[in-house]
Amino acid sequence: MEPNVTKKHPMEEQKPAERVKNFSEVPYGYNMETAIAEAERCLECKKAPCRQGCPVEVDIPAFIGLIKEKKFGEGVFALKDKNNLPAICGRVCPQESQCESFCVRAKKGDSVAIGRLERFLADWELEHGVDVPELPASTGKKVAVVGAGPAGLTCAGDLARMGHDVTIFEAFHMPGGVLVYGIPEFRLPKEVVRKEVDYIQRLGVKLRTNIVIGKTITIDELFTEEGFHAVFIGTGAGLPTFLGIPGENLLGVYSANEFLTRTNLMKAYLFPEYDTPIKVGKNVAVVGAGNVAMDSARTALRLGAENVYIVYRRSDKEMPARLEEIHHAEEEGVQFNLLTNPIKISGDENGWVKGIECVKMRLCEPDESGRCRPEPIEKSNFVFAVDTVVVAVGQTPNPLVPQTTAGLKTGRRGTIEADESGKTSRAGVWAGGDIVTGAATVINAMGAGKVAAKAMDEYLRSLPTT
Amino acid sequence: MYKLVTKRVLSDVSTLFEVEAPLVARKAKPGQFIILRIDEKGERIPLTIADSDPERGTITIIFQEVGLTTKCLAKKEAGEYIADFVGPLGKPMEFPEHPGRIIAVGGGVGIAPIYPKVKGFYKAGMDVFSIIGARTKDFLILEDEMRLVSKELHVCTDDGSYGRHGFVSDLLQNFLADGEPIAEIIAVGPLPMMRAIVNQTRPYGVKTVVSLNPIMVDGTGMCGACRVTVAGKTKFTCVDGPVFDGHQVDFDELVARSRMYQAEEKQALGHCRCGCGGEH
Repeated sequence: MEPNVTKKHPMEEQKPAERVKNFSEVPYGYNMETAIAEAERCLECKKAPCRQGCPVEVDIPAFIGLIKEKKFGEGVFALKDKNNLPAICGRVCPQESQCESFCVRAKKGDSVAIGRLERFLADWELEHGVDVPELPASTGKKVAVVGAGPAGLTCAGDLARMGHDVTIFEAFHMPGGVLVYGIPEFRLPKEVVRKEVDYIQRLGVKLRTNIVIGKTITIDELFTEEGFHAVFIGTGAGLPTFLGIPGENLLGVYSANEFLTRTNLMKAYLFPEYDTPIKVGKNVAVVGAGNVAMDSARTALRLGAENVYIVYRRSDKEMPARLEEIHHAEEEGVQFNLLTNPIKISGDENGWVKGIECVKMRLCEPDESGRCRPEPIEKSNFVFAVDTVVVAVGQTPNPLVPQTTAGLKTGRRGTIEADESGKTSRAGVWAGGDIVTGAATVINAMGAGKVAAKAMDEYLRSLPTT
Repeated sequence: MYKLVTKRVLSDVSTLFEVEAPLVARKAKPGQFIILRIDEKGERIPLTIADSDPERGTITIIFQEVGLTTKCLAKKEAGEYIADFVGPLGKPMEFPEHPGRIIAVGGGVGIAPIYPKVKGFYKAGMDVFSIIGARTKDFLILEDEMRLVSKELHVCTDDGSYGRHGFVSDLLQNFLADGEPIAEIIAVGPLPMMRAIVNQTRPYGVKTVVSLNPIMVDGTGMCGACRVTVAGKTKFTCVDGPVFDGHQVDFDELVARSRMYQAEEKQALGHCRCGCGGEH
């Protein structure tokens, strides 16, 4: 194949008309020939500007170079030196605003498809058998990681590779956090998550599910009764935000968290083979325009909705979702209603949703902060006839741990205060991911887990040996 | 996996299990609940913690067969295991601030969840006047246990097949009318019963709390399925409750929300994996 210098090699994917009828993954991933051809586009710059865009500091030119040489096993090794969860990152990282945005190729045309190449290598390994690196001798130090999401899994994996004895505590019955309850199967197959979690466990990390830290065991008890030397809190931003408009408790109104948790974690899309049901009508309004909103809209289509409307109060430029997600949603027929603000949900005599009243908005001139505030246009009210509403306007940190841990400083929005290494106000306690930053991305949470692991390792090594 | 240690069939439709869950048993307080899932394909359902034994490391759950999960759970025998069991969740119950009698009213499915609360008051040295009632004798459970922890126990059935012929509200009326000060009334049962009780006590200005059991998924405040309007504000039963001031609860909304999956609940019964065949 002739190397194409200005364009990324396209990745084959399921056709929109077909994929809206199933929950299978949309993009198929590169095959070997395409991966090698795409790798050839990499200039292997000495300075590797792409690396500054990676929150977990993957040596990008190194693994791409090894793809060129068809040394896939060694490529995986280079990749996993920094990233314990590459098959996940290759699928859900916003590469276009991270590594790829720094790529020299991006100055004239497309960047190298770093994310697709990462996925290719990670999938190659999952297919050919995952090797576990040699582990150092045990330090004898015990670390508790609270939450088996991206931050916790990364922190746990890194600490295990440094020789510590790590246990992850997870409230749900299954590890993965947002990777299993939030991100849909068609974007991140749960089998991929299972395999990457399996790798973390093979590094020696223990996993205890069905334990709600703050309820079943407190942070204090992890130190005093369970004998841990340090704790990492990665409990995420699990609390749904509602709009605070009339009618939000009508039947057929879901938080995106509930809608996605039922579908993904509880597999309601396979009801009645699985016991958990979900109700989706013919016409669905999804409020919000972030990745969670796109996931909800595309899920609603797959659950049989005929019309799915995104309702968002700002314009397309402000939509927080990744471009790729918006593009996929558009292709699948999601209808975007921008500069549209919901003000009331109305119901029928049995309490079921029958419509969502909205008002049209206009963006005023940007203020000093540069952001345009949307304002309602008078008498522009209208009603969408819908029977399901999914509210996807953000999540806030889960308060269970802060509420039950004395001396743990929190910020105004319920986040845990931590320094750049993730260190909190409590000795021996680190935190990272959405619980510190508020809702952000999988890779940022992973980056925080990684930084904390480094700092925790130093701390643990400074403790007297027992 | 969590072992079902002992089983007691309390009636044709009610079953008691002691479940091995030492971490939960160590922490459980009256008023809290657990969430369980029978197997990989199962639904997560909340159940009140009826009793806990930290020494033996067990939690007692009591449930009436109302849907697929409870029907399949009732088919299990002591020595078998269930996949998931997590808790204790929700806030523990509070003790009344004012002096006076405590009156506990448990109707049908509400008898099991009211028992740990009465026992909680009893252990704190408080006198509880208890009223339990059910549609018919077969649905009446825990009479002996309730008697042990109550100062007085009054029993009734709707059809007169056992105890006094009548409703729990009839028996409660005697207490409201006799003029003795009441510190708090706690009522647990089907939504129509709880609604009737709070309407009955409202004119007397007696604090009346209810324990709610709406549909839940995670039980940790994540999904909002269990939301309920209390005093005009949306609350999550799993983290803000499950006990609320009954006079402030929007029961119309709760009744509507409890019907959200009625059709699916019926459909699910036809797809059971435990062999119960969804029979009634």
